[in-house]
Amino acid sequence: MTTAKSSGGSPSTFIPNTDDDQRAMLDAIGVADFEELITDVPESHRYPALNLPEAAHEMSLAAEMAGLAASNFVPGDYACFLGSGAYRHYVPAVARKVANRGEFMTSYTPYQPEVAQGSLQVAFEFQTMVSHLMGLPVANAGMYDGPTAFAEAALMAARLTKRTKVIALDTVDERNIEVSRSYSHYQGIEIVRASASDLSVPDDAACVMVQSPNVNGVIEDMAAISTAAHASGALAVASVNPMSLGMFKSPGECDVDIATGEGQPLGVPLGFGGPYVGLFTCKDELKRQLPGRIVGKTTDTNGETGYVLTLQTREQHIRRERATSNICTSTQLIALMVAAYLATLGKQGLRETAELCYQKAHYAASQIDALDGYSLASEGTFFNEFVISCRESVQTTLGALIEHKIIGGTDASERAPNGIVFALTEQNSRAEIDRLVAALGEIGSTS
Amino acid sequence: MTPDDRKYSKEHEWALVDGNVATVGITQFATESLGDVVFVDLPEVGSAIEQFGKFGEIESVKAVSDLFSPVSGTITERNDSTIDDPETVNKSPYGDGWLLKIELSDASQLDDLMAAADYDKLTAEEA
Amino acid sequence: MASMDRRLLMDRSVAGRRAVTVPEADVPLTPLPDAELLRDDLQLPEITEGEVVRYFSLLSQLNFSVDTQYYPLGSCTMKYNPKLNDEVASLPGFSEIHPLQSDESVQGALQVLHELQDMLGEITGLPAVSVGPLAGAQGEFAGLLIARAFHKERGEDEKRNVALIPDSAHGTNPASAAMTGLDVVTVPSDEHGNVSVEDLRRLADEHTSIFMLTIPNTVGLFEPNILEITKIIHDVGGLVYADGANLNALLGLAKLGDLGFDIAHSNLHKTFSTPHGGGGPGSGPVLVTEDLAKYLPTPVVGEHNGKFSLVSPARTVGRLNGFQGSFGIAVRAYTYIRLMGLEGIKAISLNAIINANYLQSQLKDDFDVAYDRYCMHETVMSARRQKANGVSALDVAKRLIDYGIHPPTMYFPLIVPEALMIEPTETESKETLDAFIAVMKTIAVEAQDSPELLHEAPHNAANTRLDEAIAARKPVLRWTNEAAD
Repeated sequence: MTTAKSSGGSPSTFIPNTDDDQRAMLDAIGVADFEELITDVPESHRYPALNLPEAAHEMSLAAEMAGLAASNFVPGDYACFLGSGAYRHYVPAVARKVANRGEFMTSYTPYQPEVAQGSLQVAFEFQTMVSHLMGLPVANAGMYDGPTAFAEAALMAARLTKRTKVIALDTVDERNIEVSRSYSHYQGIEIVRASASDLSVPDDAACVMVQSPNVNGVIEDMAAISTAAHASGALAVASVNPMSLGMFKSPGECDVDIATGEGQPLGVPLGFGGPYVGLFTCKDELKRQLPGRIVGKTTDTNGETGYVLTLQTREQHIRRERATSNICTSTQLIALMVAAYLATLGKQGLRETAELCYQKAHYAASQIDALDGYSLASEGTFFNEFVISCRESVQTTLGALIEHKIIGGTDASERAPNGIVFALTEQNSRAEIDRLVAALGEIGSTS
Repeated sequence: MTPDDRKYSKEHEWALVDGNVATVGITQFATESLGDVVFVDLPEVGSAIEQFGKFGEIESVKAVSDLFSPVSGTITERNDSTIDDPETVNKSPYGDGWLLKIELSDASQLDDLMAAADYDKLTAEEA
Repeated sequence: MASMDRRLLMDRSVAGRRAVTVPEADVPLTPLPDAELLRDDLQLPEITEGEVVRYFSLLSQLNFSVDTQYYPLGSCTMKYNPKLNDEVASLPGFSEIHPLQSDESVQGALQVLHELQDMLGEITGLPAVSVGPLAGAQGEFAGLLIARAFHKERGEDEKRNVALIPDSAHGTNPASAAMTGLDVVTVPSDEHGNVSVEDLRRLADEHTSIFMLTIPNTVGLFEPNILEITKIIHDVGGLVYADGANLNALLGLAKLGDLGFDIAHSNLHKTFSTPHGGGGPGSGPVLVTEDLAKYLPTPVVGEHNGKFSLVSPARTVGRLNGFQGSFGIAVRAYTYIRLMGLEGIKAISLNAIINANYLQSQLKDDFDVAYDRYCMHETVMSARRQKANGVSALDVAKRLIDYGIHPPTMYFPLIVPEALMIEPTETESKETLDAFIAVMKTIAVEAQDSPELLHEAPHNAANTRLDEAIAARKPVLRWTNEAAD
């Protein structure tokens, strides 16, 4: 029997039973030793050599991890102008705090609703707020992230229309398309890129996919896309930055059929890419093809209001290979963070925050555009990010910015010469923006 | 009491014939196994249907079942009240909870179905 | 708890109340876009910070959680979640970095991911790992895509269109197989609860792309014929996939790679102690043999001369999600494995297995055991005996709530009627197990003497039994303004 160093003690602070406890249980089971319980495991393959480090004491490990964390360049410490799908918004202390409660963090998926009313009611609030933001009546309780939600929306459109072609505007971020391709490929669905300006929707198209703001930060005319799609019997599927919906028209108001998005801007830390939460909403008549969990309101045997998972027959645990998606565990805690954030920002706060992002971005864009050798490449109305065609190469520019403790944006050189996408949020102070402009001004300048 | 005025299929559907039209529904055994019916998915009026072919789905809270037609023909009527109020299927599976009326394309197919007594034997075994 | 104020946020809102203020713009203003581009309404709550705290805090108290209750949910591995994990994940250097920062600027983060890849590879014996997939189901999807890519490179993908899946499998297995366009062929279990080797031999052929197996399986049993099983599949040119949901039983005891598996996924939110979050976030790394490394989804973390970077495997099956996976979950799992260390990891399976067998041995006088043999880390019991008196597994489960215990997994796997799948995990003490046993024995007596107590359970929870039928028939999926809508 293997035990840890503290002889007679329990093997780990997370394994309470001591040698004596184990002995007592083995006796109760009626076996002389543990090996009698695992006779099915081929003897020749038991207890392989395992090359893992020794157990670490919490104190030393905490210091080690703090060192690893501190070695990263941290936005805040560095001025950050990175966007393209994840944004550095401010999360109020109260929103962070409530999400950290152990009763939320360490509870299970709410299949036993009577003991999960906390999670279920919060999920219902999340659905409510997301559906109002998106302007569509049905929102699910969250998907993995924005790109997978978008991919699943295309699959849902294919199921509904029984068609196999998807038209995706060329202003949709390539990253989204890659994920959609991964999900669509073996379902016999073909994704075709098209330009918004010269959009022709064939009558074998299941949907038109549009992203707003698009990869260049520009707000798309979702209403025109919906009209074009519907004219050919296709659905309009949009991926939207929900922070932009603090000021801009919702996809629902533009007659979009399925609207998805990345929830990260709404109260979720950047976290090096995850965990995030995918937003997924649709028109009422489409709800039976919705993927993911959904919470509904009901009553109990005493007539009291309560919440339950509903429309479960869409899901894998019942429909198995005919499920609308294979998704099981999603991102419930992150949905809670979004709900807490939206509850905290509220009606006024979200609009003001969105408008602040807009103002910072437009100030930055005009200041940079005024520099010699830099020009705003994004055409049209933008929200909080835009493409700048730079004086020097992307690599040179970003390298120089880092020297100034500035993290620049993403590479857009395929779309604009020396193009970089700069993103702004309410956290970029004027001083930071002016510093960015000054630093850009210095690059490759003859001085 | 399993009504003996109609015939039954192995998949727990019944067909009640009047002239050349069969009214089709599911049995009480089926509704009891399913539990509370929450959704019924039925085809459009005018669609063709094959004997023992799948024509739709019926869902309860925790299960989905395919619906198989006991006869071939064309759908002349659909009971939309089961779509609006799925509870009807549980309350009255042999009456108001009927699902479709089908104009038969081959009346001899009724011979492939079971009488009430034989259906009762089948369900006694399955239970 | 009918007395608790369960009003929704919008019903608590009072126009003009705020929980946070937002600064004025510190830059010269640009005119807003045309009104036709902007929305008029924004229907969000108007409450104060104090109200946010009270509302969410009171709601949280309506939940059961591992931090507050014992959760013997079979196949979920509801083990204790160490708090250092959360602290480390919250360090600004991990929680505030942007996923698209240059590799040079996030070496610490990449190092954590790289080391986690290595440790998971070492534990499972499948050395090539991507921590990208965002949950077990996405890990499965990745694994199936890898199998298809493998066969495609050999010109065999078209004929290999079948996924063999046991009848006891978790629903995500056939769902994932369907998503990758494979036909699902079900392999029956034998009367001992194991995969029927005879049937597997009959069903495996040149159409077999992959055989998906949970190990130990979903009835908590290890396949005694595992070496023969993996050989059967390899002999027909197929690949063998391990659904790692039950990996807790194998830590340190056996390696998947040694047993003949080619591909696997692991659930960090099960085996590796990351919190369940009420339904996620999770993380489902996909692990493969060296031969299959080139197909892993993009990106993985590579290392060269001590420098870490995100790389795209040579013949990657593609990108499955936005960035590089659930980093916050990965860093927690990493911290956990470091806290446990070699000896701790080895002790997990031992304790998990003893705990489950202890429960089985003490409960089998009162409840049927699905298979009369020692189990691994979970035991499948059945309320078949109680059903004869009109008491179902559901009733037993709901009655446990009145005793402050979360119900076990019920009605799964499908092959056991009135199933109650119980997984104590290694983090529960003998005292907790004894208390659970006592409660189950009490419930068994209640089932005989006062079954209505069970039929109407739970009596003491936030709600009594909820009407799921009406929720499905007439779905109400969001707050609406009763007056207006």
